[in-house]
Amino acid sequence: MATTPQKAAEPTGFVYGPLIAGWLIPGAGHFLQRKWGRGALLLASIGGMFFLGLAMQGKVYSGAHDILDLLGLAGDLGNGLFFALSRIAGWGADSIQVTSADYGTRFIVVAGLLNVMAAVDAHNLATGRKK
Amino acid sequence: MNPSHFSAVLLFALFASVVFGITMRDTAQKMLRYGAWCFVLFTGSAIVLSWAMFLIAR
Repeated sequence: MATTPQKAAEPTGFVYGPLIAGWLIPGAGHFLQRKWGRGALLLASIGGMFFLGLAMQGKVYSGAHDILDLLGLAGDLGNGLFFALSRIAGWGADSIQVTSADYGTRFIVVAGLLNVMAAVDAHNLATGRKK
Repeated sequence: MNPSHFSAVLLFALFASVVFGITMRDTAQKMLRYGAWCFVLFTGSAIVLSWAMFLIAR
C-alpha cells in the first residue's frame, strides 16, 4: 500500500512579518522565529559590514544620477533602518576621496544586498519552505 | 579606518560567507561547511586574480 507524502503545515497569520522585520533590522526576521543564533550572526555580519563601510568613509547613495548610482542606491536601500539612520544622521561620505572609501562604499552596498537575502530566508522559514 | 586591500578582502569574505552559509543551507553543520567553502573561494579567487593581473601587467 503506497504511502502519501505528508503535507507541511500551512503557515498561519501574517507571513510577511519576518520579511519586513528582517529588511528593517538585519536578523530581526530570524529573531521573530526564535532562531537566535542565526539572527545574531546575521546582525553581526550585516551590521558589521555596514558600519565598517561607514568607518572607511564609504559613500551612502542619496539619489540616482546615472545607472550605476541607481544600482548603488538599490543596494543601499536593502539596509532598511540602517540606511534611513545614516541618511538622517548624515553619516557616510558625499564623494569618494580615498581608496578605502571605495571599499567602504562597496561594503555598504553589499551589506544591503546580503540583508535582502537574509530577509527572504526569514520569509522562507515563516512559510515552511525552509527549516 | 584605512585597511589594506587584502584586509578588506578578508573582512568582505568573512561577512559574506556567514550570510551565504546561513541562507543557503538548512542544518548547522552544512551551514558551517558551506560558509567555510565560500570563504576559501572568495579569498582564493582574489589571490589568484591578483597574481594574474600582476603577471599580465609586467
